[in-house]
Amino acid sequence: MKRRLEISELVFKALSYIFLTAFAVCCLYPFIYAISAAISGREAVEYGQIILFPKDIQFDAFKRMFNNNLFWNAYANTLFITFYGTLWAMGVAILGAYALSKKRLMFRKGFNFFLVFTMWFSAGIVPQYLNYLATGKVFESVGIMDDKWLVVITMGMAAMNIILLRNAFEGVPSEIEEAAIVDGATEMQVLGRVYLPMSKSTIATVALFFAISRWNGYFWARQMITNSYEQPLQVYIRRQLEEFTDPEFMAGWNEPYASDSVIYALIVCSIIPVLIIYPFIQKYFAKGVNMGGVKE
Amino acid sequence: MKLNAADYLVKDPKTGKYKEDAEQLVRDDVEKHHWLNVGRTILKDWRLYLMLVPMLLVFLFWRYFPMYELLGAFKFNEEALRVADQNYTGFYYFKMLFLHQSYAPEFWRAFRNTFLLSFYGLLFGFPMPIIIALFFNEIKSNIVRSVYQVITYLPKFISTVVMTSLITMLVRQPSSVMGIEMGVISQMLVKIGAISAETGGLGLLNNPDYFRAIYQISGIWETAGYDSIVFFAAIIAISPTSYEAAQIDGAGKMAQMRYVVLPSILSTIVIMLITRIGSLLNIGYEKVLLLYNDKTYMTADVVSTFAQRYGIGDGMTGLASAAEMLNNVVGMLLVISANTIARKASDVSLY
Repeated sequence: MKRRLEISELVFKALSYIFLTAFAVCCLYPFIYAISAAISGREAVEYGQIILFPKDIQFDAFKRMFNNNLFWNAYANTLFITFYGTLWAMGVAILGAYALSKKRLMFRKGFNFFLVFTMWFSAGIVPQYLNYLATGKVFESVGIMDDKWLVVITMGMAAMNIILLRNAFEGVPSEIEEAAIVDGATEMQVLGRVYLPMSKSTIATVALFFAISRWNGYFWARQMITNSYEQPLQVYIRRQLEEFTDPEFMAGWNEPYASDSVIYALIVCSIIPVLIIYPFIQKYFAKGVNMGGVKE
Repeated sequence: MKLNAADYLVKDPKTGKYKEDAEQLVRDDVEKHHWLNVGRTILKDWRLYLMLVPMLLVFLFWRYFPMYELLGAFKFNEEALRVADQNYTGFYYFKMLFLHQSYAPEFWRAFRNTFLLSFYGLLFGFPMPIIIALFFNEIKSNIVRSVYQVITYLPKFISTVVMTSLITMLVRQPSSVMGIEMGVISQMLVKIGAISAETGGLGLLNNPDYFRAIYQISGIWETAGYDSIVFFAAIIAISPTSYEAAQIDGAGKMAQMRYVVLPSILSTIVIMLITRIGSLLNIGYEKVLLLYNDKTYMTADVVSTFAQRYGIGDGMTGLASAAEMLNNVVGMLLVISANTIARKASDVSLY
């Protein structure tokens, strides 16, 4: 009896290692292949000789990209949008969530519904597009000519993130707040000195949600930003891909490295910052997904 | 409870006159000055309301104003005019979606594709995170498990553009002009006999038969590891004594799964399933938009991309708004009913 038990557990354990290893390999393979293809020689890439390891190593594809001003511009624009977009969204969300977390707030249910309804029903792409066009005109009329600000201010606010913050603020014990008020703290001081320090991990998680969605944002940036010197990295990558996979463009290709290598190099460069900070932020995401489950 | 008006009146035994009930006076007063009190409370807490203002404005301007633009679905669209000034056409565009000989089939194809892409995502994508979480639980060493977790969560952090670019490159068609070989994944699939060399040669993304498979497999690749977090959290919350008790009773591994693990994580599974069902019609249009082309409209075109093509591309905003409105109203009904069911089933609501 005892022996049979051990066998079934052993089999399951072996199975789980095999399966997870296979899945992990699948998760990693495209990235490793991209790195190999980016630094391999032209013939090796074009004749499909690369399976895993690079061949005839060259770094000219990377050099070509680093010498391209549009690339650095796109990178700077993405950093700009990510930084200011996160700052703006967090500012708006923290203030709103703090007010919503107060039980004494009148019409609290109404305000909550106002938020939650946007999670149920969205107007859709075309009405949003018309709305952004109109907003763009208003922005221009007050002198904001840079389309990046349009992306920063109008897009990326998510009701879900505000609700996550609100729930975290509701979890702060009211005795501490009362103590602060007795000591003469104003509303802003209560928020800054009591609430923010006490819900640090939620704030970090929500900020990361905002930042990642800004970093990855593509569709609206492509629709709204017309000037190619203002486009973010994701739009630049897509435009390069469209250009480089065009047969006519490839027929005129005359470099010692494959045109594919440039695309792979671009992909590698765009994920390197994510890979560098990823180990540090990963635990916040694990926390965030568990917070997201259940509400009120 | 006092039902008659006379009950409120108290007779003064000395003078024989009725005098008014003090409690009732207060009640009357509160009722009379209800809005004044509301105003006073708001004034007292004006800082809180000021804090709400930016958030309310952001949502009003960029979430609710677009809903107003939806009126365009009922109006004759002239680009020069604002929605408010356009003339009503009634259900002209809706009729077009149902009856027009070229738009109607395309719209229903898009609606069907939207549903099918989500449904297959649910069918194939939903069980994977649970399986992965069960397997994670088998790895007792924390360090080894963390390594696996870090690797399998990774694709979630890659942007849609980078992911679709990788897919495009990995399954690309060969170029006869330059003698460029097909993408490496296509090569492998040809080698193991999953696809013919001819199919690989035309490019998998140009073949409507393969779009759904590519969409689902890349979806699982992207999210399965990350989505397992919530199930894994439910599994490690199970007390070890439950397993021990089952083992003493002679339960094998499968029996433990069936009678210990599954019942413990069932509520999590139900909640996640209901959420997924609720968002069946909210499909990530960015990924479709970046992967499809005119050769794969048959299986790839969803309502959002249909709207994007006609609304933003061709300027037929009324038709596109009408299409999306139909889709999103049905979607909203799904979300609300899913939420209601979740509340009934588990005492927790999702929003």
